[in-house]
Amino acid sequence: MATGPRRTGGFRVTAKKLTTSAMIASFADPGQRTTKAPFGHALTRLAEQRPEIVGLSADLAKYTDMHVFRDAHPDRFFQLGMAEQAMLGAAAGLAEVGLVPFASTYSVFATRRAYDFLCLDIAEPGLNVNVVGGLPGLTTGYGPSHQATEDLAILRGLPGLTIVDPCDSVDIEQAVPALAAAPGPTYLRLLRGAVPTVLDEYDYRFELGKTAELRTGRDVLMISTGLMTMRALTAAKELEADHVDVAVLHVPTIKPLDREAILRHAKPDRLVVTLENHTVVGGLAESVASCLAFAGAGTRIVPVALPDEFLAAGALPTLHERYGLSVPQIKSTVLKELS
Amino acid sequence: MSERIRRLEESARRIRRHALDMGEVQGQGYIGQALGVADVLAVVYGDQLRFRADDPEWPERDRFLLSIGHYAIALYAALAEAGVLDVEELETYGSDGSRLPMSGMASYTPGMEISGGSLGHGLGVATGMALGLRHQGNPARVYNLLSDGELDEGATWEAALACAHHGLDHVTAIVDVNALQADGPTAGVLRTEPVVEKWQAFGWHAVRVDGNDIAALVTAFDELREHRGSPSVLVCDTRIGRGVPFLEKREKAHFMPVEADEWQLARDALEASA
Repeated sequence: MATGPRRTGGFRVTAKKLTTSAMIASFADPGQRTTKAPFGHALTRLAEQRPEIVGLSADLAKYTDMHVFRDAHPDRFFQLGMAEQAMLGAAAGLAEVGLVPFASTYSVFATRRAYDFLCLDIAEPGLNVNVVGGLPGLTTGYGPSHQATEDLAILRGLPGLTIVDPCDSVDIEQAVPALAAAPGPTYLRLLRGAVPTVLDEYDYRFELGKTAELRTGRDVLMISTGLMTMRALTAAKELEADHVDVAVLHVPTIKPLDREAILRHAKPDRLVVTLENHTVVGGLAESVASCLAFAGAGTRIVPVALPDEFLAAGALPTLHERYGLSVPQIKSTVLKELS
Repeated sequence: MSERIRRLEESARRIRRHALDMGEVQGQGYIGQALGVADVLAVVYGDQLRFRADDPEWPERDRFLLSIGHYAIALYAALAEAGVLDVEELETYGSDGSRLPMSGMASYTPGMEISGGSLGHGLGVATGMALGLRHQGNPARVYNLLSDGELDEGATWEAALACAHHGLDHVTAIVDVNALQADGPTAGVLRTEPVVEKWQAFGWHAVRVDGNDIAALVTAFDELREHRGSPSVLVCDTRIGRGVPFLEKREKAHFMPVEADEWQLARDALEASA
């Protein structure tokens, strides 16, 4: 393969430059162990035991792994077309007559576009509707139209809504039955396609509303959620070489927040770093900060999060590096704070 | 006049009377709409809807979704007429601790299926209920009363598409066309006509009727029940303040102020029209 600039079809290109399309579907590292469509398969398995489980899509079944459920249970799948408001309204109606809907679309559409329907039709009556949002945070290079960098900030204010930000396929597979079993509304930040499988190597069980200490350490406490937990684990391992001992506390449930565990772990004896695939405004960092401040525990926390701005389009690895979510960036943030 | 029609006209008059009594508690409100839609509600609750007054959660009941939460005063009146609420409870309308808030909320009131008020929600929920009921083999029908102002909301049309696509012929939308919305006449705020043709273009069986003509309403609802293959909409032209002539002529009609001494005059006018 050519290494220098070359001409292809009239465009001057650089061979090694990553493209948006190459990295649009997955954020898994090259060679990382993955599981295909864990949400779709978990929902299909659950539906085999629970006949009241139904699925809905707003023209994105294929892109939210809902197609697995659709193909396995076509009589329990309802296509609403590219109409997120109608989909969430319909999900409420299905729940009103006793079914347990999972409604999937991209996070931006579930939150920005259909918020009033999620609020009034689903959350206010406290229905067991499970909203599944694909492409949460920065998991697509498509630019702000598709990057739900503020979905947690939007949804944390919604009374009674349970919000789950899973790390990997293990988290998703265990979260799906837990969300269906929870009586009220839930929102799941969906990792789709070939999803990394990480947590099976830890003594881990997903428990709704609970944190999990995946690793202990004396110097630094990383409090992380979503896919950033796998980055936190990698960074923690690599920081051993720098003689930095890092603990990792995984927070798969953003709301209700496991305040008791966070207060127990976040003591001023260690540097506290929060990590999230979300804007620094209104997500995990501020959840942890308010938890500590309201309890009178004045520990400073260092946020690893997306900046408060509309992000660029491009290849995901490039963007995660640029906006501080990559493992090298996490390590450098920690080392700078410790020096 | 048939006994059926006479009975429903009496029912509509009682619904109007209940609405006026509740209106007097607050001194103002969506009285004009309640008087306008009373005939529709009398026919729905007195003739069409399958429900059990003593068991509002009966799973086989037909669902009646009030999109327009601010019409709650009209629905409370109809629920009292239907025996779901006690007439005495209407005195608590809009008061602290009442089960009858000024805007309709599902968690407060027996027989109130959804919390409307934010417009354009009813038909989407109706769609899901209808999909679910059909899936469960439950023969219940789903009715959604929406206003002509609600036709401004895009979500209404999303749901209209979905209902037609899924062939939900057990859904009946009822559009109360009183041609008035918050900022003034509908024709000036955002033109919605031709209403029937719009629904037909979305794949609905659409019928237009004088919403204050009980005989015409009964005939239309009977016909819609028999229709198969697509959802149905009954477009009802109603007159704000109907039944109380001096309120029909009132200029400020959307959220109608009524003077303290006018309530009895309104009740008298209603009785005189009998």
